[in-house]
Parts: sequence; structure tokens; C-alpha cells
Amino acid sequence: MSAGLLELGAAAARAEIDAGRLSAAELFDFYRDRAAADRDADGSGLGCFTWVAAEAPAGARDGSPPLAGVPLAVKDLFCTRGVPSQSGSRILEGYLPPYTATVVSRLAEAGAPLFAKTNQDEFAMGSSTENSGFGPSRNPWDRDRVPGGSSGGSAAAVAAGLAPWALGTDTGGSIRQPAALCGIVGMKPTYGSVSRYGMIAFASSLDQAGPLTRDVGDAALLLLHMVGRDPCDATSLEFPGSLATPTAERLDGVRLGVPGELSGEGIEAGVLDAFNAALEQARGLGAEITGVTLPHAPHALAAYYVIAPAEASSNLARFDGVRYGMRHIDDARPEDLVAMYTRTRHDGFGPEVKRRVMLGTYALSSGYYDAYYGRAQQVRTKIAEDFRAAFEEVDLIVTPTAPTVAFELGEKTGDPLAMYLNDYCTVPMSLAGIPAISIPCGLSEGLPVGIQIAGPAFSDARVLDAAHALEGALGFDGSAALV
Amino acid sequence: MITRDEVLHVARLARLELSEDEIEPMARELSAVSDYVATIAELDLDGVPPTSHVVDISGALRADEPRECLPREEALDQAPSAGEDGFLVPSPQAG
Repeated sequence: MSAGLLELGAAAARAEIDAGRLSAAELFDFYRDRAAADRDADGSGLGCFTWVAAEAPAGARDGSPPLAGVPLAVKDLFCTRGVPSQSGSRILEGYLPPYTATVVSRLAEAGAPLFAKTNQDEFAMGSSTENSGFGPSRNPWDRDRVPGGSSGGSAAAVAAGLAPWALGTDTGGSIRQPAALCGIVGMKPTYGSVSRYGMIAFASSLDQAGPLTRDVGDAALLLLHMVGRDPCDATSLEFPGSLATPTAERLDGVRLGVPGELSGEGIEAGVLDAFNAALEQARGLGAEITGVTLPHAPHALAAYYVIAPAEASSNLARFDGVRYGMRHIDDARPEDLVAMYTRTRHDGFGPEVKRRVMLGTYALSSGYYDAYYGRAQQVRTKIAEDFRAAFEEVDLIVTPTAPTVAFELGEKTGDPLAMYLNDYCTVPMSLAGIPAISIPCGLSEGLPVGIQIAGPAFSDARVLDAAHALEGALGFDGSAALV
Repeated sequence: MITRDEVLHVARLARLELSEDEIEPMARELSAVSDYVATIAELDLDGVPPTSHVVDISGALRADEPRECLPREEALDQAPSAGEDGFLVPSPQAG
């Protein structure tokens, strides 16, 4: 039944296995073989994977409940015991961690075994997956274009049907933006709802794992097995309330707020057209659409590009050639410890990582700390207050996910600021720590457009419900991207 | 404009060697980004408390009980250079 396997979403595949019509082993091998073919295609493939399992792990062939053995691809930066975990960086090439990230082991225990690791921007810094130390990934809708980033390998793999579902991480938009550019669903849950233990850190106060899937139901199914307190992550919380697979088909009485600051200037016309058409669909489902204001949102990106690099410069201090990864010795100074640190970091980090380490170190350095880091943290307070005020008037906030459709490889690599603007609509929610999902809402110039739905902290179930209802009305067809 | 000397100072703080041909582009790019982020200086933020973290994590303590930890061999396994007792590095006294 391999011809039909590709058409099955993750939840549908799980139902087939539960009904005894499909074996978990067959499904695992189907996706393993597809991923291996992409990996072996080198430059002519999509470049989605940094590792593919040689065979199914012990126990994965039985289809254990509740997820029945539907195999999972995870972003390179999740530590996976004995499996290369490099965060897209040459400085960690071939690194085999001695332990597995909590969220990956939870999902494996729930019956979603690891079958592949996916490509990403180095240390999750980027919006195109071009910053990977292992070469770029490509967008299955148009191979000359980027899949977005930093979780671009996961997004392209799910869109192309090379993975039934995948994990990514989102710091300022790294799940939502690639989901939008690849025409799939991507969700950043409320900060603190998912353990960060075993995620190679970029910016710890912002990083959060989440699902990339073909539809909203699959995203909810994965997420409900991810959340929960982990003693190994002091910022993780017991998820209040319950998550379930969403069933809502209507939006009667749901108040959707459209912030003018994130839905006008700077957004491409074709993206706005698809966004506005989706709002009409939402109105048809019974939603009330009103304008809201987030006065500080236009300053979010500036604050983010202080806070995230500052945290990154501290987190990435651990890559010094001592405990793991690459070590390069300066031949002229072989006995000099500091020269070993600085040469290893020079040779191991790519240009964008160097830029952000420098930016963060600069922002935290003596004489600049208050002007940059201190003020950025105050802006963060104002942004969170803006959202709280808006959620007094509306239930959810909707915006375009990304300002443009997928752009061409190389188009923005020479201009860091142009690349950073990709996160204009997603960064405010990250700074506020609130849940946000991107679902595909149409095409512009033949390329997918995403609509973002955000809610108050821990309203993840409501966000998923609304996304599910809207998804049904939009009827987006992503099958053109399947390979 | 961030100067060459500032770039070299920050690189020293970051323990990052920069090649001669990386210094000028780094100065230019850091200047562009820092000009952009400096727009937050225009905001009136007097008396606004900082947010370092959205989750209230005070009191996240666990019982201080002995438990299994990573075996030494495993901890040392991925090191570029290790002896029986620890990580090996060039002498901090040299250089």
C-alpha cells in the first residue's frame, strides 16, 4: 500500500496502524528510505537531513501506543544519545551526546520513534537554513528558494512528505516562519510548557520546542505528548488545563484582533491579499474581526536583536575545544590555551554565529549594558503589557506569519538586517512568551502564505481549536510539494 | 560607527579570533545592526521594570539528594583530548 502511504497524515497513519491495516515497521521503513534517498541525492535533493537511521530502534517496529510508531524527524539541535547532534555547526561535527533531550525521549516513549535528524541554521541563527554548516536546505515548492529557518530542514521534510511529522525549535520565529514558507503547520507553544533539557541552547529565555506537521490535528497530537514539567529544566511548568486533538469547526463569537502594526507596512501585497482572504473565511465561520493595537510591536525586533544575541554569546561560550566538538591549535602558539579557544571558535563558527556572538558580547560589555540590554528588557515588558491589554478586548490575535513568501537562495545572505526582518511578525509573541501557530492560508505567486494565530499564555488549546476551524474552511492543498 | 579597535576589543572578550579580512565587514555589519537596535533609545521607558524571563522561576528547588550521574568515561568520551582523570588542554601557564 506504499502508493497511499504518502497521502496519510501522521494521525491517519496512526489510525491505520491501530486498525491493523498498516504495520509500524512498514511505515518506519517507508519514511526512512525516503529520507535516505534525499540525503544521498546530495545537491539534487532538498538537503533536509543531517542523519538518517540505518534501521528502526529496538521496540519501534511494534507500533506501541499511543502514537503507534509513527516515526519522527527532529531538528539537529536536539541531543540524541549516540546520534550526531550538531546544531548545524561544524564546531560540533559528529558530536554524539551521552543523553537524549527530554522531549525526544517522551515522544519515543509515547510511540513516535526517532528516524532522522533535520538540517537547520547554525545554532538556530537564521531565517533561511542557508547558515547551516552542512549546506542549505531547499523549498519543495521551488528548489531555487529557501524553506525558511531556522527549522528549515524539518519544514521542508514535512512539506515534501519525507517525514510524517517533525520537531523544530522557535526562538524568534524559527518554527512558524519556515512552516509558512513551506505551506505546513508549525506551532510555538507557551514558553515553559515544553522542557528545553537537551536542546543545544541559543537564547534560553526564548527557545521553545514545537511541532511541524501537515495539519493542525497532527500538531495537537504531537504537542499533547510533549508538554509537562521536567525536573531537568527549572523553567518548565506543569501544563495547566488539558490539551486534546481539536474538533472545532466554527468560530462563532470568537473575537480575532488584527494589529495594524503587524499587518500593513512592510508586508508584501500578495501575502496581505491571502491574509485578508483568510480573515473573510474566519468571518464566515462566525468570528468577529476587530483592529487592535500593539504600540511597541514595531520595536520588538530591535529588542530581540539585543536579547537573543546577548543570551547566545553566553550560551555559546561553552564551545571552546575542551569538552566536545572541534579543537584547533594555533601552530604558531601550540602551548597557548587562549589561542586554542580563539582559533577553535574562529574555525568552527560560521559568519552569522560570529556576528551574533560579537553583537551579544558588545551589548553586554562595560559601558553599553544599560543602553542595550537593560533597555531591551524594558521593551520586552512593554510588549508583554501590550499583549495583555489587547487580550482584554479580543480572544486571539492574527497576523501574517512572514512578510514575504519564500525568497531565492542567496537573495538575503549579504544583508543581515534584511534577513532579520523575516521575523518581524513572529518576534513579539516570542518576547511575550505566548503561544502562536502558523497555518497555510493560500498561495501568492504559486508559493505558500501563512497566517499566524496567537493567544494568551497557556491558551494553546484555544489557539489549536481556532486554527483547526480555520484550516477546515481554507482547505489549503499542499500536495504540490510532495516529492 | 563601530571602529576596528572596538571590534578587536569585543572579539577578545568573546574569545573569538577574527581573520584580517573578517574585521572590516564585521565592523560594518555590527554598526548597521547596532544602529537599528538603537531605535529603542527613542522610547520613554522611565520606571519600566525589565523582563529577563516570562516565567516566574523563583523557588525552583529540588531536594538535595544524591543520585546517579554521568559515568566519567562517558563524560570524557567526546573530548578532543582526554586523560583518565579529565580533559586535557594546553597549560594555562604557557603563552
